[in-house]
Amino acid sequence: MSQSTKLPLYITLATFVLAFVLCAAQYPAMASTRVVANLLTDNAFLGITAVGMTFVILSGGIDLSVGSVIAFTGVFLAVILRDTSIHPLVAFALVLLITTGFGAAMGGIIHYLEMPPFIVTLAGMFLMRGLAYVLSTESVPITHEFYDWLQSLYWKAPGGGRFRLTGALMLLTYVAAMIVLHRTRFGQNVYAIGGSAQTAQLMGVPRARTTIGIYAVSGGLAGLAGIVYTLYTSAGYSLATVGVELDAIAAVVIGGTLLSGGSGFVAGTFFGILIMGLIQTYIVFDGTLSSWWTKIVIGGLLFAFIMLQKGLGWATTARIRLLTASDARS
Amino acid sequence: MAMPEPVLHARGISKFFPGAIALDDVELALYPGEVHALLGENGAGKSTLIKCVTGAYSRDGGTIALSGAEIDPRDPLDSQSLGIGTVYQEVNLLENLTVAENLFLGRQPMRWGMVDHRRMKREARDILRDYGLDIDPGRLLSSYSIAIQQIVAIARAVELSGKVLILDEPTASLDHDEVQLLFSVIERLKGRGLAIVFITHFLDQVFAISDRATILRNGRVVGTRRLADVSQTEIVTLMLGRQLEAATHHRAHSEPGELLLSLKGFGKRGSIEPFDMEIREGEVVGLAGLLGSGRSETANVVFGVVAADQGTAELRGRGLRITNPREAIRNRFALCPEDRKTDGIVGDLSVRENIILSLQARQGWHRPIPRAKAEEIAQHYVKALDIRLASLDMPIRLLSGGNQQKALLARWLATEPELLILDEPTRGIDVGAHAEIIALIEDLREKGMALIVASSEMEELVAYSSRIVVLRDRRQVGELTGHEISTKSIVEAIAAEDAA
Amino acid sequence: MMKSTLKRVMPQIIILALVLAANFLVFRGFFHVEFQHGRLFGNLIDVLNRGAPTALLATGMTLVIATRGIDLSVGAVMAIAGAVAASAVVGGAHWTLAVLLALAAGAACGLWNGVLVAIFRIQPIVATLVLMVAGRGIGQLLTEGAILTFNDPGLIRLGAGTIAAVPTPIWIWIAVACVVGLVIRRSALGLLIEAVGINQTSSRLAGINARVLLIAVYLVSGLCAALAGVIVAADIKGADANNAGLWMELDAILAVVIGGNSLLGGRFSITASLLGALIIQGVNSLILLSGMPVEFNLVIKALIIIAILVIQSPRVRHSLYLLRASTGPVLRERPKPAPRTPQEEGQS
Repeated sequence: MSQSTKLPLYITLATFVLAFVLCAAQYPAMASTRVVANLLTDNAFLGITAVGMTFVILSGGIDLSVGSVIAFTGVFLAVILRDTSIHPLVAFALVLLITTGFGAAMGGIIHYLEMPPFIVTLAGMFLMRGLAYVLSTESVPITHEFYDWLQSLYWKAPGGGRFRLTGALMLLTYVAAMIVLHRTRFGQNVYAIGGSAQTAQLMGVPRARTTIGIYAVSGGLAGLAGIVYTLYTSAGYSLATVGVELDAIAAVVIGGTLLSGGSGFVAGTFFGILIMGLIQTYIVFDGTLSSWWTKIVIGGLLFAFIMLQKGLGWATTARIRLLTASDARS
Repeated sequence: MAMPEPVLHARGISKFFPGAIALDDVELALYPGEVHALLGENGAGKSTLIKCVTGAYSRDGGTIALSGAEIDPRDPLDSQSLGIGTVYQEVNLLENLTVAENLFLGRQPMRWGMVDHRRMKREARDILRDYGLDIDPGRLLSSYSIAIQQIVAIARAVELSGKVLILDEPTASLDHDEVQLLFSVIERLKGRGLAIVFITHFLDQVFAISDRATILRNGRVVGTRRLADVSQTEIVTLMLGRQLEAATHHRAHSEPGELLLSLKGFGKRGSIEPFDMEIREGEVVGLAGLLGSGRSETANVVFGVVAADQGTAELRGRGLRITNPREAIRNRFALCPEDRKTDGIVGDLSVRENIILSLQARQGWHRPIPRAKAEEIAQHYVKALDIRLASLDMPIRLLSGGNQQKALLARWLATEPELLILDEPTRGIDVGAHAEIIALIEDLREKGMALIVASSEMEELVAYSSRIVVLRDRRQVGELTGHEISTKSIVEAIAAEDAA
Repeated sequence: MMKSTLKRVMPQIIILALVLAANFLVFRGFFHVEFQHGRLFGNLIDVLNRGAPTALLATGMTLVIATRGIDLSVGAVMAIAGAVAASAVVGGAHWTLAVLLALAAGAACGLWNGVLVAIFRIQPIVATLVLMVAGRGIGQLLTEGAILTFNDPGLIRLGAGTIAAVPTPIWIWIAVACVVGLVIRRSALGLLIEAVGINQTSSRLAGINARVLLIAVYLVSGLCAALAGVIVAADIKGADANNAGLWMELDAILAVVIGGNSLLGGRFSITASLLGALIIQGVNSLILLSGMPVEFNLVIKALIIIAILVIQSPRVRHSLYLLRASTGPVLRERPKPAPRTPQEEGQS
């Protein structure tokens, strides 16, 4: 990819570095492995969700159902581990199958019935939240020795930071997503559809398969995020993770991906997540700031990045106009 | 030319649409290494024929043979894999991907199950060198001009097909130099033994590059000619089905009235160089020039579509500033834009609503035009301009091109403009409507309206213009008046700059 | 005119009738309206009353969607408006002033969205996302994160009171819908908004001030949201910036979509959107009355939405059209084959 498309990514990266340096300057304790480790652990489920959202947004779509899918996954796991003797790994496989299938079904409806993703995934959001309610309206604790074992896995870094399994899982997801997006035909097709679905189809991109695949990835990753979330909270609750889809979308946009699709990087999303996590950490460190400042600051960042992309867009068109004019004359 | 086996032979192709026969027993034979022009008026069946050959439409009769074997492509992708590639006027590539990714989408070189970007770039560079392009294939497609994008599209189509290349109006949005670049690519491909179908409205280009031409009229083949053996006039006569009227000489007009608009040093950086222009009542000022010469830009800057950033304007001797179309309309200007579909009609609104739209916009939202009055206005213009429609309530997008254009004219005439600007008023409409619109222009001029008409049809301009402004490279390069006006003098004025 | 409107909203009327009939089937007293303590009581009244916020939002949302836009921020604006009104009365202001301040806040939010969309030309879904994310935080900032309760009788009346025995919210949404509807249809605004929604470039060239129109529709949407926010706050006698209007934007968009308005802009019907809002509320009531476990609420709602959307999906409509076409003459309604070029035949 060329320099101009990478610019938003660099700006996101620079924003993160600058913000981290500023935070560390004010509270030197923030520059510890402990804070970094917590940043990864606390945001693991959101980070994984945002990967799926990046696929969807790159293709020009949107997935509002992910928050509900996470809650459903949590409740499903909690209930199944409470009421049956299935091994958690089997339950994990089962729930991933369900959520991936659910995503694929939404993709199928979007493609075959030609309905806007916004509305289809909205219905999906209601459906999954509703199914979670049906399973249980109360918070169901998860007690299983396998869970205890998973939670006990961590690498203690010098300085006291505990890098847990979930954080590693998130990093792994990002690496895998990068490979899929940039090194496979499916990934290229995602960008192609995001550029123009119609043109992509004319160029031979299998639109049905790709659209279904994209939403399946988003659903499956939301399921994985749900598993991570149960490891984080040791419970399943149908009212949990309300509004996570918004956070995921915000992270993707702050990460420099165009909401209209076709341009962006999953690496940007990663730094988007870190920036959002950093804001929360800062508010905790500060102690006097209230939690709502998170929303306001994230909203402000969203605005800044949207305006930035708009500005870059204008700059590019102006440059092309100049180029074309000079081409014509040469 | 010794005729070997045709590489593509379509015979007896027929296609019916409800209420119309689009193609009737059409034959098209293409030989390797030839450029074959497909000519005809709008609606003659060129696009339909191409769509039947490439499988975009299912044909109602006939056979297609490729290298002697009968084929029946399901869709354009299928026909491409069989050997027939198509490139359209609007580049069907993805601007958000790099040049290399566009060339290789769907058939990327793989290495250990992953896309090998380095090899892809290298191969893309090699392929494009064959087309005379030495560009960085790792950059986004959108960072290159339309002409280069067009060539990339051709490269992709040829790489994927390899026997027949169909170019559907590839030069429509290119300027002179870009057309030459494209032609050099076509020559190379011809040398490689491809059969190339070339569809265009520009007859000069047909004669410059093509070996043979098949001419269609009303869904039938009216002739296939070797271009070395025929004259332009003969081709045009075949296309129109009648002798071309000797409308190319300049007819006397009634005396123009008083000065309406005077522009001095008027222009917009990056769009049109400053120019002076005066226009009187009862006068048609024609804007001539090649595509991209600044005709539309001139029209747009006068109407405030893009605000002028230099120069002054005076309307009947009083200073005037126009920064947007609303102010222009308030001063009784009107503009029929070049691209009817995207800039003109509001497709889903009814014909009636489209006709009263500008009048309503000028009156303001708080003074709605009553339904009965709207009906009356629309009815009046439907009759006056002979707009053919089933009902005033039907969405305008269902009208044919010519009737849409007339409805747009009605929209502007309803505002009773003093200055009417027409940008390519006769593009893409059938012959009948064509003549009617020219008659209307002359009629309005005689009634004392001031008109500015931008057109690529020089004969047309010669016929109705009182004066002709010639443009080149977004600059005015000459003005012709009275008996100076002729197609020859326009061409000379355009070409004069070449010598300089 | 009247007849064509009726034809347009017929599907919505039928669906609403079906939903209400289903309500009646599960609860025979559904249509029973009682007069007690100077106020009308009954399930039907409840549907109208509870549907007020959605109906208000849907009114503004219809206009926004008609311009090919969307306003995701209405839920957050409700929270802000509720917080503004509550802090004002708690601070000692008269309730009318509080309402005016809330409306001003809504107008400011609408203006912000409108400017982003119309002047900076940011995609509406993106532009309004900013306020959707930040707005709730602003609301919480005003109420300092707590539920700000009040007991100003004037303000409370807007949510829980009655006028002529009918709950005030019903009056408010009907009045707003009538005013907006009349202004839109009695002036040329409706036509101009539709033109902008269908083809903005053409509209601009035809002399329509698209910018002002766009800003205006977002402004109206903000005002409607503010009013809905005030009603919700008045109803619970407190401003809960955390939960007020949560996910209401989705209900409002659904109401518009169920009303048969295309998300791609153009032709619109406020009446149909209002019927859509009532359908949603009717479904809520149905689930409640049927005695089904509350847990099933969302599932059933989701299934009904999917069913309605599938019926309205372009692909399904097209197949239905083809089905009808194969059984009877279809070409009757099409224009005569006046000089239409084959290309255009192919496209249309």
